[in-house]
Amino acid sequence: MGGQVVRTGNENQRRRLRPPGKGILELAYYVFCGLILLFLIAPLFIVIPISFSPTQFLEFPPRTLSLQWYRNYFSSVEWVTGTINSLQVAVMTSLLSTALGITAALALTRHRFKGGNLIHSFLISPMITPVIIVAIAIYFFMSRLHLVGSVYALALAHTVLAIPVVVVTVSAALQGFDRTLERAALSLGANPFQTFFKVTFPIIRPGVISGALFAFITSFDEVVIAIFVATYRSLTLPKHMWAALRQEIDPTIAAVSTLLVTVTIFLLLTIAFLQRRAARLVGTAESGK
Amino acid sequence: MNHASPIKTPFRLKPELVKYALLLPVLAYLTVFFAYPLFKLLLVSVFDPTFTPAHYLRIFQKALYLKVILITFRLAFICTLISLALGYPLAFLLNRVSPGTRNILMIFIVLPFWTSILVRIYAWMVILGRFGVLNSFLLKLGLITEPFNLLYNSFSVTVGMVHYLLPFMVFALYSAMSGIDQDLIKAAYNLGASPFKAFLKVFFPLSLPGVGAGCLIVFILSLGFFITPALLGGRKDLIISMLIENQVNVQLNWAFASALGLALLVFTLVLFNIANRYLGISRIWGARS
Repeated sequence: MGGQVVRTGNENQRRRLRPPGKGILELAYYVFCGLILLFLIAPLFIVIPISFSPTQFLEFPPRTLSLQWYRNYFSSVEWVTGTINSLQVAVMTSLLSTALGITAALALTRHRFKGGNLIHSFLISPMITPVIIVAIAIYFFMSRLHLVGSVYALALAHTVLAIPVVVVTVSAALQGFDRTLERAALSLGANPFQTFFKVTFPIIRPGVISGALFAFITSFDEVVIAIFVATYRSLTLPKHMWAALRQEIDPTIAAVSTLLVTVTIFLLLTIAFLQRRAARLVGTAESGK
Repeated sequence: MNHASPIKTPFRLKPELVKYALLLPVLAYLTVFFAYPLFKLLLVSVFDPTFTPAHYLRIFQKALYLKVILITFRLAFICTLISLALGYPLAFLLNRVSPGTRNILMIFIVLPFWTSILVRIYAWMVILGRFGVLNSFLLKLGLITEPFNLLYNSFSVTVGMVHYLLPFMVFALYSAMSGIDQDLIKAAYNLGASPFKAFLKVFFPLSLPGVGAGCLIVFILSLGFFITPALLGGRKDLIISMLIENQVNVQLNWAFASALGLALLVFTLVLFNIANRYLGISRIWGARS
Protein backbone atom coordinates (compact mmCIF):
# COMPACT_ATOMS: atom_id res chain seq x y z
CA MET A 1 0.00 0.00 0.00
CA GLY A 2 2.61 2.45 -1.03
CA GLY A 3 0.24 4.81 -2.81
CA GLN A 4 -1.24 6.41 0.24
CA VAL A 5 1.91 7.73 1.79
CA VAL A 6 1.33 11.28 2.93
CA ARG A 7 3.16 13.35 0.42
CA THR A 8 2.84 16.60 2.29
CA GLY A 9 5.38 17.83 4.77
CA ASN A 10 5.24 17.87 8.51
CA GLU A 11 3.45 21.15 8.78
CA ASN A 12 0.59 20.03 6.59
CA GLN A 13 0.40 16.77 8.47
CA ARG A 14 -0.66 18.66 11.53
CA ARG A 15 -3.41 20.35 9.63
CA ARG A 16 -5.23 17.13 8.90
CA LEU A 17 -8.89 17.13 9.74
CA ARG A 18 -9.49 17.49 13.44
CA PRO A 19 -12.45 15.81 15.05
CA PRO A 20 -15.44 18.10 15.04
CA GLY A 21 -15.91 20.06 18.24
CA LYS A 22 -13.49 21.62 20.65
CA GLY A 23 -12.36 21.23 24.22
CA ILE A 24 -14.74 19.06 26.17
CA LEU A 25 -16.18 17.44 23.03
CA GLU A 26 -12.75 16.59 21.74
CA LEU A 27 -11.87 15.08 25.11
CA ALA A 28 -15.07 13.04 25.06
CA TYR A 29 -14.12 11.79 21.61
CA TYR A 30 -10.72 10.60 22.80
CA VAL A 31 -12.24 8.92 25.85
CA PHE A 32 -14.77 7.17 23.59
CA CYS A 33 -11.99 5.90 21.30
CA GLY A 34 -9.99 4.80 24.34
CA LEU A 35 -12.95 2.79 25.60
CA ILE A 36 -13.38 1.10 22.22
CA LEU A 37 -9.70 0.14 22.18
CA LEU A 38 -10.08 -1.18 25.71
CA PHE A 39 -13.13 -3.18 24.62
CA LEU A 40 -11.01 -4.75 21.88
CA ILE A 41 -7.90 -5.56 23.84
CA ALA A 42 -8.98 -6.15 27.46
CA PRO A 43 -10.63 -9.55 26.88
CA LEU A 44 -7.32 -10.98 25.64
CA PHE A 45 -5.54 -10.07 28.83
CA ILE A 46 -8.27 -10.80 31.32
CA VAL A 47 -7.67 -14.52 30.81
CA ILE A 48 -4.09 -14.27 32.05
CA PRO A 49 -4.73 -13.64 35.80
CA ILE A 50 -7.49 -16.25 35.77
CA SER A 51 -5.10 -18.89 34.47
CA PHE A 52 -3.04 -18.46 37.64
CA SER A 53 -6.04 -18.73 39.93
CA PRO A 54 -5.85 -21.30 42.74
CA THR A 55 -9.55 -22.16 42.74
CA GLN A 56 -12.03 -23.70 40.36
CA PHE A 57 -14.30 -20.71 40.75
CA LEU A 58 -13.82 -17.52 38.89
CA GLU A 59 -12.06 -15.08 41.05
CA PHE A 60 -10.80 -11.84 39.65
CA PRO A 61 -8.13 -10.93 40.41
CA PRO A 62 -7.04 -14.14 42.16
CA ARG A 63 -5.72 -13.73 45.73
CA THR A 64 -2.93 -16.27 45.48
CA LEU A 65 -1.20 -17.68 42.44
CA SER A 66 -1.01 -21.26 41.32
CA LEU A 67 0.19 -23.16 38.31
CA GLN A 68 -2.24 -26.03 38.70
CA TRP A 69 -4.19 -25.24 35.51
CA TYR A 70 -1.02 -25.31 33.47
CA ARG A 71 -0.14 -28.62 35.13
CA ASN A 72 -3.63 -29.78 34.25
CA TYR A 73 -3.12 -28.81 30.64
CA PHE A 74 0.22 -30.55 30.28
CA SER A 75 -0.97 -33.72 31.97
CA SER A 76 -4.24 -34.10 30.07
CA VAL A 77 -4.11 -36.54 27.16
CA GLU A 78 -6.79 -34.64 25.22
CA TRP A 79 -5.18 -31.22 25.58
CA VAL A 80 -1.71 -32.50 24.68
CA THR A 81 -2.86 -34.67 21.74
CA GLY A 82 -5.03 -31.79 20.55
CA THR A 83 -2.10 -29.42 20.62
CA ILE A 84 0.22 -31.81 18.78
CA ASN A 85 -2.43 -32.56 16.14
CA SER A 86 -3.17 -28.87 15.69
CA LEU A 87 0.52 -28.13 15.21
CA GLN A 88 0.86 -30.90 12.64
CA VAL A 89 -2.22 -29.76 10.74
CA ALA A 90 -1.15 -26.11 10.82
CA VAL A 91 2.35 -26.88 9.52
CA MET A 92 1.01 -29.02 6.68
CA THR A 93 -1.63 -26.41 5.82
CA SER A 94 0.92 -23.64 5.90
CA LEU A 95 3.33 -25.44 3.54
CA LEU A 96 0.66 -26.57 1.10
CA SER A 97 -1.25 -23.28 0.94
CA THR A 98 1.96 -21.26 0.61
CA ALA A 99 3.17 -23.36 -2.32
CA LEU A 100 -0.19 -23.02 -4.05
CA GLY A 101 -0.65 -19.39 -3.06
CA ILE A 102 2.74 -18.10 -4.28
CA THR A 103 2.24 -19.51 -7.75
CA ALA A 104 -1.26 -18.05 -7.91
CA ALA A 105 -0.11 -14.65 -6.67
CA LEU A 106 2.75 -14.61 -9.19
CA ALA A 107 0.40 -15.45 -12.03
CA LEU A 108 -2.27 -12.95 -11.02
CA THR A 109 -0.01 -9.97 -10.33
CA ARG A 110 2.10 -10.42 -13.45
CA HIS A 111 -0.13 -11.65 -16.19
CA ARG A 112 -3.42 -10.64 -17.67
CA PHE A 113 -6.02 -13.33 -17.95
CA LYS A 114 -9.28 -13.50 -19.75
CA GLY A 115 -11.77 -13.40 -16.90
CA GLY A 116 -9.00 -12.46 -14.46
CA ASN A 117 -11.53 -10.94 -12.09
CA LEU A 118 -13.49 -14.14 -12.06
CA ILE A 119 -10.37 -16.16 -11.26
CA HIS A 120 -9.48 -13.75 -8.49
CA SER A 121 -13.00 -13.97 -7.06
CA PHE A 122 -12.81 -17.76 -7.15
CA LEU A 123 -9.50 -17.76 -5.24
CA ILE A 124 -10.88 -15.37 -2.63
CA SER A 125 -14.29 -17.04 -2.35
CA PRO A 126 -13.39 -19.47 0.50
CA MET A 127 -12.84 -16.34 2.57
CA ILE A 128 -16.38 -15.04 2.13
CA THR A 129 -18.24 -18.34 2.04
CA PRO A 130 -19.74 -18.94 5.47
CA VAL A 131 -17.41 -21.46 7.12
CA ILE A 132 -20.31 -23.64 8.20
CA ILE A 133 -21.09 -24.31 4.51
CA VAL A 134 -17.46 -25.09 3.65
CA ALA A 135 -17.43 -27.37 6.69
CA ILE A 136 -20.49 -29.44 5.82
CA ALA A 137 -19.52 -29.61 2.14
CA ILE A 138 -16.06 -30.93 2.97
CA TYR A 139 -17.43 -33.23 5.67
CA PHE A 140 -19.87 -34.75 3.17
CA PHE A 141 -17.18 -35.06 0.50
CA MET A 142 -14.60 -36.58 2.82
CA SER A 143 -16.90 -39.00 4.56
CA ARG A 144 -17.57 -40.53 1.12
CA LEU A 145 -13.84 -40.97 0.65
CA HIS A 146 -13.43 -42.34 4.20
CA LEU A 147 -10.95 -39.59 4.93
CA VAL A 148 -12.68 -38.29 8.05
CA GLY A 149 -10.61 -38.89 11.14
CA SER A 150 -7.11 -38.26 9.86
CA VAL A 151 -5.02 -35.15 10.39
CA TYR A 152 -4.35 -35.12 6.64
CA ALA A 153 -8.04 -34.61 5.94
CA LEU A 154 -8.02 -31.58 8.23
CA ALA A 155 -4.92 -30.15 6.57
CA LEU A 156 -6.49 -30.57 3.12
CA ALA A 157 -9.63 -28.81 4.33
CA HIS A 158 -7.81 -25.99 6.13
CA THR A 159 -5.73 -25.34 3.02
CA VAL A 160 -8.94 -24.27 1.27
CA LEU A 161 -9.36 -21.52 3.87
CA ALA A 162 -5.66 -20.61 3.94
CA ILE A 163 -5.15 -20.20 0.17
CA PRO A 164 -6.92 -16.79 -0.03
CA VAL A 165 -4.92 -15.55 2.98
CA VAL A 166 -1.64 -16.45 1.28
CA VAL A 167 -2.72 -15.09 -2.11
CA VAL A 168 -3.65 -11.73 -0.58
CA THR A 169 -0.47 -11.45 1.50
CA VAL A 170 1.94 -12.52 -1.25
CA SER A 171 0.19 -10.36 -3.86
CA ALA A 172 0.72 -7.39 -1.57
CA ALA A 173 4.41 -8.29 -1.35
CA LEU A 174 4.68 -8.56 -5.12
CA GLN A 175 3.14 -5.17 -5.67
CA GLY A 176 5.80 -2.53 -6.12
CA PHE A 177 8.34 -5.17 -7.04
CA ASP A 178 10.71 -3.76 -9.63
CA ARG A 179 10.80 -6.13 -12.55
CA THR A 180 13.86 -4.50 -14.12
CA LEU A 181 15.84 -6.57 -11.62
CA GLU A 182 14.53 -9.75 -13.18
CA ARG A 183 15.17 -8.49 -16.67
CA ALA A 184 18.70 -7.63 -15.64
CA ALA A 185 19.23 -11.16 -14.35
CA LEU A 186 17.81 -12.65 -17.54
CA SER A 187 19.94 -10.44 -19.76
CA LEU A 188 23.01 -11.48 -17.77
CA GLY A 189 22.29 -15.04 -18.76
CA ALA A 190 20.31 -16.45 -15.87
CA ASN A 191 17.49 -18.83 -16.78
CA PRO A 192 13.95 -18.15 -15.49
CA PHE A 193 14.35 -20.57 -12.57
CA GLN A 194 17.65 -19.07 -11.47
CA THR A 195 16.09 -15.63 -11.81
CA PHE A 196 13.20 -16.62 -9.59
CA PHE A 197 15.27 -18.27 -6.88
CA LYS A 198 18.21 -15.85 -6.90
CA VAL A 199 16.43 -12.54 -7.51
CA THR A 200 12.67 -12.62 -7.10
CA PHE A 201 12.30 -14.94 -4.16
CA PRO A 202 14.89 -13.33 -1.84
CA ILE A 203 13.09 -10.00 -2.27
CA ILE A 204 9.58 -11.28 -1.69
CA ARG A 205 10.66 -13.82 0.94
CA PRO A 206 9.49 -11.74 3.93
CA GLY A 207 6.05 -11.45 2.31
CA VAL A 208 5.99 -15.17 1.63
CA ILE A 209 6.93 -16.04 5.21
CA SER A 210 4.25 -13.64 6.48
CA GLY A 211 1.73 -15.41 4.27
CA ALA A 212 2.87 -18.78 5.59
CA LEU A 213 2.52 -17.58 9.19
CA PHE A 214 -0.95 -16.18 8.54
CA ALA A 215 -1.89 -19.52 6.99
CA PHE A 216 -0.49 -21.23 10.09
CA ILE A 217 -2.68 -19.14 12.41
CA THR A 218 -5.71 -19.64 10.17
CA SER A 219 -5.37 -23.38 10.52
CA PHE A 220 -4.20 -23.49 14.12
CA ASP A 221 -7.26 -21.53 15.32
CA GLU A 222 -9.78 -23.09 12.94
CA VAL A 223 -12.69 -24.65 14.76
CA VAL A 224 -15.81 -25.03 12.56
CA ILE A 225 -14.33 -27.50 10.07
CA ALA A 226 -12.63 -29.34 12.92
CA ILE A 227 -15.98 -29.75 14.69
CA PHE A 228 -17.21 -31.77 11.72
CA VAL A 229 -14.11 -33.37 10.25
CA ALA A 230 -11.98 -34.10 13.35
CA THR A 231 -12.63 -37.23 15.37
CA TYR A 232 -11.15 -38.32 18.67
CA ARG A 233 -8.11 -39.60 16.80
CA SER A 234 -7.53 -36.30 15.01
CA LEU A 235 -8.75 -34.09 17.84
CA THR A 236 -7.44 -30.56 17.48
CA LEU A 237 -6.85 -27.97 20.16
CA PRO A 238 -9.76 -25.72 19.07
CA LYS A 239 -12.09 -28.69 18.82
CA HIS A 240 -11.27 -29.78 22.35
CA MET A 241 -11.59 -26.22 23.54
CA TRP A 242 -14.99 -25.95 21.88
CA ALA A 243 -16.10 -29.10 23.68
CA ALA A 244 -14.72 -27.78 26.98
CA LEU A 245 -16.52 -24.46 26.57
CA ARG A 246 -19.79 -26.29 26.02
CA GLN A 247 -19.43 -28.41 29.13
CA GLU A 248 -17.90 -27.44 32.43
CA ILE A 249 -15.71 -24.42 32.14
CA ASP A 250 -12.61 -24.72 34.28
CA PRO A 251 -9.57 -22.45 34.37
CA THR A 252 -7.57 -24.94 32.27
CA ILE A 253 -9.16 -23.09 29.37
CA ALA A 254 -7.69 -19.88 30.78
CA ALA A 255 -4.24 -21.49 30.81
CA VAL A 256 -4.68 -22.65 27.21
CA SER A 257 -5.99 -19.20 26.24
CA THR A 258 -2.99 -17.51 27.82
CA LEU A 259 -0.66 -19.76 25.85
CA LEU A 260 -2.59 -19.06 22.64
CA VAL A 261 -2.52 -15.29 23.16
CA THR A 262 1.24 -15.51 23.78
CA VAL A 263 1.77 -17.51 20.59
CA THR A 264 -0.35 -15.03 18.60
CA ILE A 265 1.63 -12.05 19.93
CA PHE A 266 4.87 -13.81 19.06
CA LEU A 267 3.73 -14.64 15.51
CA LEU A 268 2.42 -11.12 14.88
CA LEU A 269 5.67 -9.58 16.09
CA THR A 270 7.54 -11.84 13.69
CA ILE A 271 5.23 -10.80 10.85
CA ALA A 272 5.57 -7.10 11.70
CA PHE A 273 9.34 -7.49 11.66
CA LEU A 274 9.23 -9.31 8.32
CA GLN A 275 6.97 -6.76 6.73
CA ARG A 276 9.19 -3.92 7.78
CA ARG A 277 12.05 -5.84 6.17
CA ALA A 278 9.97 -6.45 3.06
CA ALA A 279 9.20 -2.75 2.75
CA ARG A 280 12.90 -2.00 3.07
CA LEU A 281 13.90 -4.61 0.47
CA VAL A 282 11.35 -3.39 -2.05
CA GLY A 283 12.37 0.15 -1.16
CA THR A 284 16.05 -0.48 -1.94
CA ALA A 285 15.07 -2.18 -5.13
CA GLU A 286 12.99 0.82 -6.09
CA SER A 287 15.55 3.44 -5.21
CA GLY A 288 17.93 1.79 -7.65
CA LYS A 289 15.71 2.67 -10.58
CA MET B 1 9.43 -0.97 -22.02
CA ASN B 2 7.47 -4.02 -22.92
CA HIS B 3 7.70 -7.03 -20.67
CA ALA B 4 8.09 -9.29 -23.63
CA SER B 5 11.44 -7.77 -24.61
CA PRO B 6 13.31 -10.46 -26.48
CA ILE B 7 15.92 -11.77 -24.10
CA LYS B 8 17.88 -14.81 -25.03
CA THR B 9 17.51 -17.52 -22.43
CA PRO B 10 18.97 -21.01 -22.62
CA PHE B 11 15.52 -22.47 -23.02
CA ARG B 12 12.49 -20.46 -23.90
CA LEU B 13 9.27 -20.95 -21.96
CA LYS B 14 6.20 -19.78 -23.76
CA PRO B 15 4.80 -17.01 -21.53
CA GLU B 16 1.25 -18.02 -22.38
CA LEU B 17 1.94 -21.52 -21.14
CA VAL B 18 3.79 -20.39 -18.05
CA LYS B 19 1.00 -18.19 -16.78
CA TYR B 20 -1.56 -20.96 -17.01
CA ALA B 21 0.86 -23.48 -15.55
CA LEU B 22 1.26 -21.20 -12.53
CA LEU B 23 -2.47 -20.98 -11.96
CA LEU B 24 -3.32 -24.57 -12.67
CA PRO B 25 -2.37 -26.15 -9.31
CA VAL B 26 -4.35 -23.73 -7.18
CA LEU B 27 -7.39 -23.82 -9.46
CA ALA B 28 -7.30 -27.60 -9.50
CA TYR B 29 -6.99 -27.71 -5.73
CA LEU B 30 -9.89 -25.40 -5.06
CA THR B 31 -12.00 -27.17 -7.65
CA VAL B 32 -11.48 -30.55 -5.99
CA PHE B 33 -11.67 -29.50 -2.33
CA PHE B 34 -14.00 -26.52 -2.50
CA ALA B 35 -16.12 -26.22 -5.65
CA TYR B 36 -16.78 -29.93 -6.12
CA PRO B 37 -17.91 -30.52 -2.49
CA LEU B 38 -20.26 -27.53 -2.82
CA PHE B 39 -21.57 -28.98 -6.06
CA LYS B 40 -22.19 -32.30 -4.28
CA LEU B 41 -24.22 -30.41 -1.67
CA LEU B 42 -26.25 -28.87 -4.47
CA LEU B 43 -26.99 -32.33 -5.88
CA VAL B 44 -28.00 -33.61 -2.45
CA SER B 45 -30.34 -30.68 -1.97
CA VAL B 46 -32.24 -31.06 -5.24
CA PHE B 47 -32.25 -34.82 -5.90
CA ASP B 48 -34.11 -36.93 -3.39
CA PRO B 49 -33.86 -39.26 -5.32
CA THR B 50 -35.40 -37.54 -8.32
CA PHE B 51 -35.36 -33.80 -8.89
CA THR B 52 -37.39 -31.88 -6.32
CA PRO B 53 -37.39 -28.30 -5.03
CA ALA B 54 -39.11 -29.52 -1.84
CA HIS B 55 -36.14 -28.90 0.47
CA TYR B 56 -35.87 -25.31 -0.62
CA LEU B 57 -39.59 -24.74 -0.33
CA ARG B 58 -39.52 -26.22 3.16
CA ILE B 59 -37.37 -23.31 4.35
CA PHE B 60 -40.28 -20.97 3.75
CA GLN B 61 -43.05 -23.25 4.89
CA LYS B 62 -42.36 -23.70 8.57
CA ALA B 63 -42.84 -20.81 10.96
CA LEU B 64 -39.79 -21.93 12.96
CA TYR B 65 -37.46 -21.64 9.98
CA LEU B 66 -38.79 -18.23 9.02
CA LYS B 67 -38.23 -17.14 12.58
CA VAL B 68 -34.64 -18.41 12.45
CA ILE B 69 -34.04 -16.43 9.27
CA LEU B 70 -35.56 -13.34 10.87
CA ILE B 71 -33.38 -13.70 14.00
CA THR B 72 -30.28 -14.19 11.83
CA PHE B 73 -30.91 -11.07 9.77
CA ARG B 74 -31.87 -8.97 12.78
CA LEU B 75 -28.71 -10.01 14.62
CA ALA B 76 -26.57 -9.29 11.54
CA PHE B 77 -28.19 -5.91 11.14
CA ILE B 78 -27.72 -4.88 14.79
CA CYS B 79 -24.10 -6.06 14.82
CA THR B 80 -23.39 -4.12 11.62
CA LEU B 81 -24.84 -0.92 13.05
CA ILE B 82 -22.93 -1.20 16.33
CA SER B 83 -19.70 -2.03 14.49
CA LEU B 84 -20.16 1.05 12.35
CA ALA B 85 -20.92 3.27 15.34
CA LEU B 86 -17.77 2.08 17.10
CA GLY B 87 -15.61 1.65 14.02
CA TYR B 88 -16.09 5.04 12.43
CA PRO B 89 -14.66 7.16 15.28
CA LEU B 90 -11.80 4.69 15.64
CA ALA B 91 -10.91 4.68 11.94
CA PHE B 92 -11.14 8.47 11.99
CA LEU B 93 -8.65 8.57 14.83
CA LEU B 94 -6.28 6.21 13.00
CA ASN B 95 -6.45 8.47 9.98
CA ARG B 96 -5.42 11.62 11.77
CA VAL B 97 -2.68 10.51 14.16
CA SER B 98 1.00 10.31 13.22
CA PRO B 99 2.23 7.07 11.60
CA GLY B 100 4.05 6.11 14.80
CA THR B 101 0.95 6.44 16.97
CA ARG B 102 -1.06 4.68 14.29
CA ASN B 103 1.21 1.65 14.42
CA ILE B 104 0.69 1.44 18.17
CA LEU B 105 -3.09 1.84 17.91
CA MET B 106 -3.14 -0.79 15.15
CA ILE B 107 -1.85 -3.35 17.65
CA PHE B 108 -5.11 -2.95 19.56
CA ILE B 109 -7.02 -3.94 16.44
CA VAL B 110 -4.74 -6.48 14.79
CA LEU B 111 -4.01 -8.51 17.93
CA PRO B 112 -7.66 -9.37 18.68
CA PHE B 113 -8.21 -9.91 14.96
CA TRP B 114 -5.67 -12.74 14.89
CA THR B 115 -6.49 -14.21 18.30
CA SER B 116 -8.45 -17.45 18.38
CA ILE B 117 -12.18 -16.80 18.47
CA LEU B 118 -12.51 -19.39 21.26
CA VAL B 119 -10.12 -17.45 23.48
CA ARG B 120 -12.21 -14.34 22.97
CA ILE B 121 -15.46 -16.16 23.66
CA TYR B 122 -14.03 -17.63 26.83
CA ALA B 123 -12.92 -14.15 27.89
CA TRP B 124 -16.46 -12.84 27.39
CA MET B 125 -17.82 -15.73 29.45
CA VAL B 126 -15.45 -14.73 32.23
CA ILE B 127 -16.40 -11.07 31.96
CA LEU B 128 -20.16 -11.37 31.53
CA GLY B 129 -20.87 -14.44 33.70
CA ARG B 130 -23.22 -14.26 36.69
CA PHE B 131 -20.23 -14.22 39.00
CA GLY B 132 -18.03 -12.75 36.34
CA VAL B 133 -15.68 -9.80 36.32
CA LEU B 134 -18.28 -7.19 35.39
CA ASN B 135 -20.94 -8.28 37.88
CA SER B 136 -18.52 -8.59 40.79
CA PHE B 137 -17.12 -5.18 39.95
CA LEU B 138 -20.56 -3.58 39.92
CA LEU B 139 -21.55 -5.41 43.12
CA LYS B 140 -18.40 -4.27 44.86
CA LEU B 141 -19.10 -0.69 43.88
CA GLY B 142 -22.59 -1.06 45.25
CA LEU B 143 -24.15 -0.01 41.97
CA ILE B 144 -26.28 -3.13 41.86
CA THR B 145 -27.53 -5.55 44.52
CA GLU B 146 -28.31 -8.50 42.27
CA PRO B 147 -25.96 -9.72 39.52
CA PHE B 148 -27.22 -9.08 35.99
CA ASN B 149 -27.95 -11.95 33.62
CA LEU B 150 -25.57 -10.92 30.90
CA LEU B 151 -24.53 -14.29 29.56
CA TYR B 152 -26.28 -16.82 27.28
CA ASN B 153 -28.66 -14.31 25.72
CA SER B 154 -28.82 -11.97 22.73
CA PHE B 155 -26.74 -9.42 24.61
CA SER B 156 -23.70 -11.66 25.01
CA VAL B 157 -24.01 -12.88 21.41
CA THR B 158 -24.04 -9.29 20.18
CA VAL B 159 -21.05 -8.32 22.33
CA GLY B 160 -19.06 -11.36 21.21
CA MET B 161 -19.89 -10.80 17.55
CA VAL B 162 -19.14 -7.08 17.58
CA HIS B 163 -15.81 -7.86 19.22
CA TYR B 164 -15.04 -10.16 16.31
CA LEU B 165 -16.42 -7.90 13.56
CA LEU B 166 -15.13 -4.51 14.66
CA PRO B 167 -11.58 -4.97 13.25
CA PHE B 168 -13.03 -5.78 9.80
CA MET B 169 -15.10 -2.60 9.94
CA VAL B 170 -12.13 -0.51 11.04
CA PHE B 171 -9.91 -1.91 8.24
CA ALA B 172 -12.55 -1.11 5.63
CA LEU B 173 -13.17 2.41 6.93
CA TYR B 174 -9.53 3.18 7.47
CA SER B 175 -8.58 2.03 3.98
CA ALA B 176 -11.25 4.32 2.49
CA MET B 177 -10.40 7.28 4.73
CA SER B 178 -6.68 7.12 4.05
CA GLY B 179 -7.45 7.45 0.35
CA ILE B 180 -9.22 10.77 0.86
CA ASP B 181 -7.22 13.68 -0.50
CA GLN B 182 -6.31 15.84 2.47
CA ASP B 183 -6.00 18.90 0.23
CA LEU B 184 -9.78 18.91 -0.13
CA ILE B 185 -10.13 19.34 3.63
CA LYS B 186 -7.58 22.13 3.58
CA ALA B 187 -9.49 23.77 0.74
CA ALA B 188 -12.64 23.65 2.86
CA TYR B 189 -10.77 25.32 5.74
CA ASN B 190 -9.39 27.98 3.44
CA LEU B 191 -12.87 28.69 2.18
CA GLY B 192 -13.88 29.39 5.76
CA ALA B 193 -15.52 26.10 6.80
CA SER B 194 -15.48 25.22 10.50
CA PRO B 195 -13.93 21.84 11.37
CA PHE B 196 -17.43 20.48 11.91
CA LYS B 197 -18.64 21.71 8.56
CA ALA B 198 -15.51 20.49 6.78
CA PHE B 199 -16.14 17.06 8.25
CA LEU B 200 -19.82 17.00 7.42
CA LYS B 201 -19.66 18.42 3.90
CA VAL B 202 -16.34 17.10 2.65
CA PHE B 203 -14.82 14.28 4.68
CA PHE B 204 -17.94 12.33 5.57
CA PRO B 205 -19.39 12.10 2.02
CA LEU B 206 -15.98 10.99 0.73
CA SER B 207 -15.80 8.25 3.36
CA LEU B 208 -19.18 6.79 2.40
CA PRO B 209 -17.79 4.13 -0.01
CA GLY B 210 -15.78 2.82 2.94
CA VAL B 211 -18.89 2.82 5.09
CA GLY B 212 -20.73 0.83 2.43
CA ALA B 213 -17.88 -1.66 2.01
CA GLY B 214 -17.41 -2.09 5.76
CA CYS B 215 -21.11 -2.57 6.45
CA LEU B 216 -21.50 -5.15 3.70
CA ILE B 217 -18.48 -7.18 4.68
CA VAL B 218 -19.55 -7.16 8.33
CA PHE B 219 -23.13 -8.01 7.41
CA ILE B 220 -21.99 -10.91 5.23
CA LEU B 221 -19.72 -12.24 7.99
CA SER B 222 -22.50 -11.96 10.58
CA LEU B 223 -24.93 -13.95 8.45
CA GLY B 224 -22.60 -16.95 8.52
CA PHE B 225 -21.62 -16.77 12.19
CA PHE B 226 -21.67 -20.05 14.02
CA ILE B 227 -19.28 -20.35 16.95
CA THR B 228 -20.20 -17.19 18.84
CA PRO B 229 -24.00 -17.63 18.86
CA ALA B 230 -23.61 -21.33 19.62
CA LEU B 231 -21.45 -20.69 22.69
CA LEU B 232 -22.65 -17.33 23.98
CA GLY B 233 -26.31 -17.54 22.98
CA GLY B 234 -29.31 -18.84 24.81
CA ARG B 235 -32.01 -21.18 23.59
CA LYS B 236 -33.79 -18.35 21.81
CA ASP B 237 -30.79 -17.26 19.76
CA LEU B 238 -31.07 -19.97 17.13
CA ILE B 239 -29.62 -18.73 13.84
CA ILE B 240 -29.29 -20.27 10.37
CA SER B 241 -25.83 -21.75 10.83
CA MET B 242 -26.88 -23.46 14.07
CA LEU B 243 -29.95 -24.83 12.33
CA ILE B 244 -27.66 -26.26 9.61
CA GLU B 245 -25.38 -27.87 12.19
CA ASN B 246 -28.39 -29.33 13.98
CA GLN B 247 -29.79 -30.77 10.73
CA VAL B 248 -26.46 -32.43 9.96
CA ASN B 249 -25.43 -33.71 13.36
CA VAL B 250 -28.75 -34.37 15.10
CA GLN B 251 -31.51 -34.74 12.49
CA LEU B 252 -29.13 -36.28 9.92
CA ASN B 253 -31.15 -34.48 7.27
CA TRP B 254 -28.43 -33.71 4.75
CA ALA B 255 -30.80 -32.63 2.01
CA PHE B 256 -32.42 -29.91 4.08
CA ALA B 257 -29.11 -28.80 5.62
CA SER B 258 -27.65 -28.47 2.12
CA ALA B 259 -30.62 -26.48 0.89
CA LEU B 260 -30.33 -24.10 3.84
CA GLY B 261 -26.59 -23.75 3.39
CA LEU B 262 -26.76 -23.11 -0.33
CA ALA B 263 -29.56 -20.59 0.03
CA LEU B 264 -27.39 -18.73 2.52
CA LEU B 265 -24.36 -19.03 0.24
CA VAL B 266 -26.17 -17.71 -2.83
CA PHE B 267 -27.49 -14.78 -0.85
CA THR B 268 -24.00 -14.05 0.50
CA LEU B 269 -22.40 -14.21 -2.94
CA VAL B 270 -24.99 -11.89 -4.46
CA LEU B 271 -24.37 -9.36 -1.69
CA PHE B 272 -20.62 -9.70 -2.08
CA ASN B 273 -20.75 -9.19 -5.83
CA ILE B 274 -22.80 -6.03 -5.46
CA ALA B 275 -20.32 -4.81 -2.88
CA ASN B 276 -17.33 -5.73 -4.96
CA ARG B 277 -18.65 -4.11 -8.12
CA TYR B 278 -19.43 -0.79 -6.52
CA LEU B 279 -17.03 -0.59 -3.63
CA GLY B 280 -13.99 -2.67 -4.53
CA ILE B 281 -14.20 -4.78 -1.41
CA SER B 282 -11.31 -7.11 -2.30
CA ARG B 283 -8.84 -4.37 -1.48
CA ILE B 284 -9.89 -4.41 2.17
CA TRP B 285 -8.45 -7.87 2.64
CA GLY B 286 -5.08 -6.47 1.75
CA ALA B 287 -5.34 -3.74 4.36
CA ARG B 288 -5.42 -5.89 7.43
CA SER B 289 -1.88 -7.18 7.58
